[in-house]
Amino acid sequence: MSDASDTNGPVLAADGRPLKASLNRALRKQKMRALMLIAPLLIFVLVAFILPIADMLFRSVENTIVRDTLPRTVVAMSSWNSDEAETPDEAVYRALFIDVFLASEAKTHTRLGSRLNYETTGISSLFRQSGREVGDMAEVYEDQFEDLDARWTEDVFWAEFMGDPAWFAQAQGAEDPGPTFVLKDGISDVLPKTADAYATFANFVQVEDEDNPAAEDPWALVHAMLYEDLTEQDISGYDGFGADLLADAAAAVEGFEAPSYKSSFIDMDEDWASPEVLGTIQAYSPPFTPGYFLKAVDMQLTPDGIEAQSEDRAIYLKLFWRTVWMSLFITGMTILLGYPVAFLLAKLPMRQSSLLMILVLLPFWTSLLVRTSAWKVLLQQQGVINDLLVWSGLINEAGRLVMINNQLGTIIAMTHILLPFMILPLYSVMATIPPSYVRAAKSLGATNWVAFWRVYFPQSVPGIGAGSILVFILAIGYYITPALVGGTSGIFISNRIAYHISSSLNWGLAAALGSILLAAVLILYWAYDRIVGIDNVKLG
Amino acid sequence: MIFFGQKKKNDITDREKGCLLADTETNDGFVVFDRVQKSYDGETLVVKDLNLSIGKGEFLTMLGPSGSGKTTCLMMLAGFETATHGDILLDGSPINNIPPHKRGVGMVFQNYALFPHMTVGENLSFPLEVRKIAKSDRESKVTRALEMVQMGDFLNRRPAQLSGGQQQRIALARALVFEPDLVLMDEPLGALDKQLREHMQFEITHLAHELGLTTVYVTHDQTEALTMSDRVAVFDDGRIQQLDPPDVLYEKPKNGFVAQFIGENNTLEGVVKEIKGDTCVIALDDGEVIDATPVNVSEVGQRTTVSIRPERVEYNKERLQEGAHTLKAEVLEFIYMGDIFRTRLRVAGSENFIIKTRNAPDQEKLKPGQQIEIGWLPSDCRALDV
Repeated sequence: MSDASDTNGPVLAADGRPLKASLNRALRKQKMRALMLIAPLLIFVLVAFILPIADMLFRSVENTIVRDTLPRTVVAMSSWNSDEAETPDEAVYRALFIDVFLASEAKTHTRLGSRLNYETTGISSLFRQSGREVGDMAEVYEDQFEDLDARWTEDVFWAEFMGDPAWFAQAQGAEDPGPTFVLKDGISDVLPKTADAYATFANFVQVEDEDNPAAEDPWALVHAMLYEDLTEQDISGYDGFGADLLADAAAAVEGFEAPSYKSSFIDMDEDWASPEVLGTIQAYSPPFTPGYFLKAVDMQLTPDGIEAQSEDRAIYLKLFWRTVWMSLFITGMTILLGYPVAFLLAKLPMRQSSLLMILVLLPFWTSLLVRTSAWKVLLQQQGVINDLLVWSGLINEAGRLVMINNQLGTIIAMTHILLPFMILPLYSVMATIPPSYVRAAKSLGATNWVAFWRVYFPQSVPGIGAGSILVFILAIGYYITPALVGGTSGIFISNRIAYHISSSLNWGLAAALGSILLAAVLILYWAYDRIVGIDNVKLG
Repeated sequence: MIFFGQKKKNDITDREKGCLLADTETNDGFVVFDRVQKSYDGETLVVKDLNLSIGKGEFLTMLGPSGSGKTTCLMMLAGFETATHGDILLDGSPINNIPPHKRGVGMVFQNYALFPHMTVGENLSFPLEVRKIAKSDRESKVTRALEMVQMGDFLNRRPAQLSGGQQQRIALARALVFEPDLVLMDEPLGALDKQLREHMQFEITHLAHELGLTTVYVTHDQTEALTMSDRVAVFDDGRIQQLDPPDVLYEKPKNGFVAQFIGENNTLEGVVKEIKGDTCVIALDDGEVIDATPVNVSEVGQRTTVSIRPERVEYNKERLQEGAHTLKAEVLEFIYMGDIFRTRLRVAGSENFIIKTRNAPDQEKLKPGQQIEIGWLPSDCRALDV
């Protein structure tokens, strides 16, 4: 009889193929089937949970808003050093003028303002005001051109002046938004800035407003750019449409009133000369910033580098520390209170233990909000417990205990709410400890206490481990209970994260705080694994 | 083996004395159950009026089907259950109110109950630690106990790293390391495979006799009981049905339950026809007449079940006593089992009459359908209760 495995080299299956490949092929179907079973959940979690969270956490370092909103200013500012007493030169303010003008047309300047306001208060209103007033700065030029010839403010004139003849022919009278704008050949050589500004305008009108540029008056910015072109460029070579008007204008610009952008900005608000404001813009101009994380650990990124947050605003480290120690304390309390209950559950005969189990599970069947509110009723100064104590004469009316809206309230309510998460894993581990171990210990001469402490307890440690991890991780991210019964001294870091997500809308900071919390939990988990060993954790 | 060497010398005499005492049914044995009753629910008795005296150095086995009360007895002795009524005496003093850890009783559990979070060495030194024995003494005692069970190299292993047989040895060593007066074993070999079990039976018996241990051993396996014990107490329905050395138990069962429970057994039913001294004549239900030893029958006309061991049945007439009654039988089935032949016969209306014959060169191999005549010594055929 010939045996496939007799041959040298890889072991072959009966059909002569390598056995390994055969086995893989045979198992592939199984693997595929297994994958298909988990696929719906996997895709759901990936799309609806993991990716959004990854995106959210990415916001903790992402900072393209300055660069996107003020691209020219960022470039112009790169050579300026905020340490110098000097304010930046005119070029920076000119870039700022164009950026703010465009941003105010796109209405993105307020968003940038509130973003930068997280770093330096006052910037938000500065941007809102500037957004309104850059229009006035540009209209100085528009008015002067209009005075020269009314056609300088006409939509059709500008469309024909700047647009490709073929495009213009189609666009005239076309329905909104009309054919895509095409710049006239050669106009960029003659009037580069004007052409650029008009093209931006036309594009904006078509894409954002869905209007026909041929029927829209151009922005005042175009006139400002035209003024610059006319003072800088030689337009004598131009003989296309509107050449006569342009020649007149070129002759007249000498006499135009042209205030410097710098002085206009500083006149508008002297904050535009403040190195703090400009330094903030510069410090936050890179696309990624450590600023949120620094803030989350009570530091700040200032124009002068990284500094500690001022005392009265440093709250996050304190909150993190409070979250951790209170979570540990609550975990300890649940062990102390839960261990005897789990022990009893595992010891009692079936009938009694099922009854007790129902009592343990009962809280799960009521809403978290209801349970927390119940504690509010019980613990408040005019509440049930205080009433009982006063009635029994243990305390007098003036000495009512403050048990809520502080750390005590959070600890009491959370210990109660998280208790089942300690009892259940403990119970399921204890239920697997055969009674013969304790009997053996006793028969070997151990007293009840020694038998418990040296034999039973070590075997229940995996349950304590599982319960502790469960309770601690739940506690460290707890939000509703501290928010309801914690007052100001009993709130957790998660309450602050929620505040930044829903009230202050500083998502970057919320993401940074969340990332730090996540990292802290992972580090604690790692440390736990090193000290206790994750193999020592059993859920049953 | 010099483990507990000093003690051994005394124990041999003690043991003999103990057996003697136990046989006389007095209450001065090393372990005494005195009219012990036990009920869990207050309605039924699990143990009914137990009287038992175990001599020092004796190896006593409690044998019985599950629910017969044997484990309850063991647990009462260990202190994990309290007797509802009656006294349990250890070395002359009542122990009913002494907690388990003060009884100084070594115990081997069914699933060994080795502490999984401790090494073998820690398991063994645990009983010494709780007795506050000095560290150097502990180490030498642990080493000696491990050597005693040939497990000297396993000091630092965890129980989970040991095979069933090895765990068994460690459990034994742990129960013996603090030199208890009494060792209890609760079906300690139940989880082992057949070969290992037989080997361990042998080892435990040797160890117990060598160390002069008083041992109470609980099992439901009759082979184990027969091979290991000095005496066997057969339990059923909360009572000891018979308490005797293995050979007596096997050859002279006192009632139908013991006869059925221990070893294989053929039964035939009939009526007592005549009793003369230590033999009687039984008329079987189909009219045939046989000789038997009266055990539980006292008067003529009483119904009885006679019991014959399959290996005591003869069909070779030359080997039968002269004048012995014989029965006609038809061979129904012949089973070759290697060392023995097992033949099923139709005898006196019963189709389940088994005989066993040794596989010897001159032994005739019966064929199905063959008509033979069978007989036995009256002393091997016992007339018992119905």
